[in-house]
Amino acid sequence: MLLTALIHRGRATYAFFERNWNLTKRYWAWEIVWLLYNIVNALSVTFIGAAAEQITGAKVKFDTNSLLLVLVIGTSVWSYLSVTFDGVTDIINMERWEGTIEYTFMAPISRFTHMVGSCLYAVAHGLLFTFIQLLVIAAFFHIDLSHANYLSAIFLLMLGSISFIGFGIGAAILPLLYTEKGMQMSFIVKAVLLLVSGVYYPISVLPGWMQPLAHISPATYVLEGLREAVMQGRPLWSPEIWSCTWPLILTGLISVPASVYAFSLAERYAKRAGKLKRNG
Amino acid sequence: MAVERPLPTIATPLVVDQQEQDAVVVEEVTKVFKQSGAWLPWRRGRKERVVRAVDRVSLRVKRREIIGVLGSNGSGKSTLIRILSTLLIPDSGRVRIFGYDVVRDEAVVRRLINRVSVEASFFKKLSPMENLIYAARLYNLPGREARERIESILGRLGISAARLKQPLEDMSRGMQQKVAIARAFLTAPVLLLLDEPTTGLDPRSKLDVQTFIRELREVHDATIILTTHDLEEAEALCDRIAIIDQGRIVALGTVAELKQEVVRQLGLSSSASMHQVFMHFTAAHHITEEDIHRYGSWEKAFEAFEAMREEEE
Repeated sequence: MLLTALIHRGRATYAFFERNWNLTKRYWAWEIVWLLYNIVNALSVTFIGAAAEQITGAKVKFDTNSLLLVLVIGTSVWSYLSVTFDGVTDIINMERWEGTIEYTFMAPISRFTHMVGSCLYAVAHGLLFTFIQLLVIAAFFHIDLSHANYLSAIFLLMLGSISFIGFGIGAAILPLLYTEKGMQMSFIVKAVLLLVSGVYYPISVLPGWMQPLAHISPATYVLEGLREAVMQGRPLWSPEIWSCTWPLILTGLISVPASVYAFSLAERYAKRAGKLKRNG
Repeated sequence: MAVERPLPTIATPLVVDQQEQDAVVVEEVTKVFKQSGAWLPWRRGRKERVVRAVDRVSLRVKRREIIGVLGSNGSGKSTLIRILSTLLIPDSGRVRIFGYDVVRDEAVVRRLINRVSVEASFFKKLSPMENLIYAARLYNLPGREARERIESILGRLGISAARLKQPLEDMSRGMQQKVAIARAFLTAPVLLLLDEPTTGLDPRSKLDVQTFIRELREVHDATIILTTHDLEEAEALCDRIAIIDQGRIVALGTVAELKQEVVRQLGLSSSASMHQVFMHFTAAHHITEEDIHRYGSWEKAFEAFEAMREEEE
């Protein structure tokens, strides 16, 4: 009996993964557009690092490699966060766009299974995008990665993904409740994460009132940890990595169940108010 | 009265009680939609709009019954179907499907039902096969078995194997609707909710779908609730018909019973048609001999009262 239920869950999870992969294949032109956009964006930001001496007119020798690494890590994490976050909020956005939301919500599966399937694909999609972007950037800039501890970097990225998923599920509530403007609202959540998480600068430069927001954002810890791992080669057990690990565990433990619970409340409200009917 | 039963968990197979005679019991169900007034300063002046979509509806559908729900546009048919589909929570009243409450036992009910809506809702860039395999997996059908069933069902609905791998957006609306019907048939639900399923289909396709509906009842023991604007279809398929107007069921019975009632109320000498039945029960005003005399004919009187109702609304 339990096995039957597990098989059903596994099959449904795979259904979402397979469906999203099929959609990626069919919307291949859009995929290329977004990939190119991300790469160009990352390159233009990284070129700022390459031109730092000329821009600032610095008389002393500038550590360009460090600045480049800070920016490359920033653009890569941002790209990963964006693609994953969009993939998760697409739980609702895409269904509204295609008009399938009622059928998915009527299917005999739990919302958790629905989310797991969609989120797994979002993570895989985000990793693939970021990997391609990194390959292109590496071809443009000679970055010294001889000190990098890849194990710590991958661990932090994966751990951070859990919190990104939690925040993404939370943001997916917006298009569930606001049929027309919800999608744009979820962009704002993403933009705020970009602003406060120290993607391209240390959070210490932010105004005092903004800094508490930085400490809530999981991206802050992913970025800090990745910079420690890639630039300083810190191992997993180092205090610097641990100082980023435990907040990520905490944000993951809080954000995922809290968002799933909030989503279930929002779904109930949507069913009372008739919000599932209209397509975006 | 249907007996309440313990809730099966996701791990237990769902068996519909063979003794359960009522497939669907709707008791005094009401659904009101409110469009809130303006709270933003520049939108002040917008009034709160209240629509009583379903108004104290009660209905019992027997196991293996095909029941038609007829009504004008906006009469509340689709809202009722959405409540049965667990997509809307009623404001008051209760709905049970094979003894399970649609709100409290939502997860169980979803395993018993499927629905076809008037618009074929699909991922239009994907092919029929990709869409249906996705749906089949959600309903716990293995991929290989699903593929065989999909080919068989769509073949019977006149969609060739060559079209199964083309994007749905390249298909006509009628073809897309057939795929939507196949999606519901694929999972062999015990309660099938058909919300204007044949709208947009050509006469031959309509007949194919009607044959399938009958077969689903005969072979799979399914109970079917069908909303339609096609009165011939309702007459041909349904054991009983409910006519809904402004959210209320205004008539319920077999085709023969409804016709007899119209003959009696209008004092007709010959049998009434389904068209007359529908017009009579959904008219804004019960048309009397005096009205017919005043407006010149029954149709003209009907149109005049409908115009008055629209103006009031």
